[in-house]
Amino acid sequence: MSGALVFAWSGVVLFSLGLFGFIVHRHLLRRLLAFNIMGSGAFLVLVGLAQDGRGIDPVPHAMVITGIVVAVASTALALVVFRRWYRASGRTDLPEDT
Amino acid sequence: MKPRVIFAGLLSLAIAGALGWAVLERTLPAENLPERVAQAMPLSGVEHPITAVLLNFRGYDTLLEIAVLLLAVVVALALREAQPDRPERMGLENPLLRAVMAWLLPLILITTGFLLWAGAYQPGGAFQAGSVLAAGGLLLRLAGVTTAWLDNPAVLRTGLAMGLLTFLAVGLLVMLPGVPFLTYPTEYAGALILLIELTLTLSIGLTLISLFRLTPPYADDPEEARDQPSSRNGGMAS
Repeated sequence: MSGALVFAWSGVVLFSLGLFGFIVHRHLLRRLLAFNIMGSGAFLVLVGLAQDGRGIDPVPHAMVITGIVVAVASTALALVVFRRWYRASGRTDLPEDT
Repeated sequence: MKPRVIFAGLLSLAIAGALGWAVLERTLPAENLPERVAQAMPLSGVEHPITAVLLNFRGYDTLLEIAVLLLAVVVALALREAQPDRPERMGLENPLLRAVMAWLLPLILITTGFLLWAGAYQPGGAFQAGSVLAAGGLLLRLAGVTTAWLDNPAVLRTGLAMGLLTFLAVGLLVMLPGVPFLTYPTEYAGALILLIELTLTLSIGLTLISLFRLTPPYADDPEEARDQPSSRNGGMAS
């Protein structure tokens, strides 16, 4: 274990925290925030693992920057959809399946 | 404690443990990618490995990413309601913001240009530049400067699709001499990448601004919206 893995560990912690929040909360905005925290954790794991003593691997870095842009766009789209849902139904959560 | 919270806690802890163990016990990838990228760098037309991977070696990923961005904004456009972007709904009533904008906007544009140019040899590139450009656009909009020209459908659609179309056109044109899709000839690679990045910057910036503009500050409450469609209060408070 080396100091280089600190980022990957932080990513693991962020991912788990996000997953916890995603399950526990029902408000759609909170879920979206939790989902974004999960995504940030995944990016951090990818970037943190992209160093293995043979130099920094640019391929995961390029993948992560692609992922960040897609995450921003999908978050914005989710917000648009949530607003329509709220205007249509007056609810901030989805009807529970269980 | 609710069973849902206990379940979520246990699941998160289990996944954290499994992931942590995987990080600790991981095996090195069999392929030495950093070395392969370093070997191919002279052929890429740029000097920064991440830009080379993004726009040359794995151009497919970036092309599809731009397609996803376009798809997101098209869906958002389809879902919007008839809400003309009227001036009284646009700006924050803050004279300081307008005054500061006069100073900030040139700096934002210079930063955009710098980031775009810097992508060839240091961290930077179309995504960073596009985000900064979008930030400038959002500040303009918050300061109440009109962005009504964006309501012209032809202008908006051309701007949004320009990045993807240029990328596709370049990818297809390089096939003429008989090489695979998106395989740039080495001597023109730098110029082609710069052209793609320039249009990508504009399209990404415009996409982010459009996604923001499609949800104007405006009554969200179903009851209120029915009674007084131009009311400004509301929001997702609950």
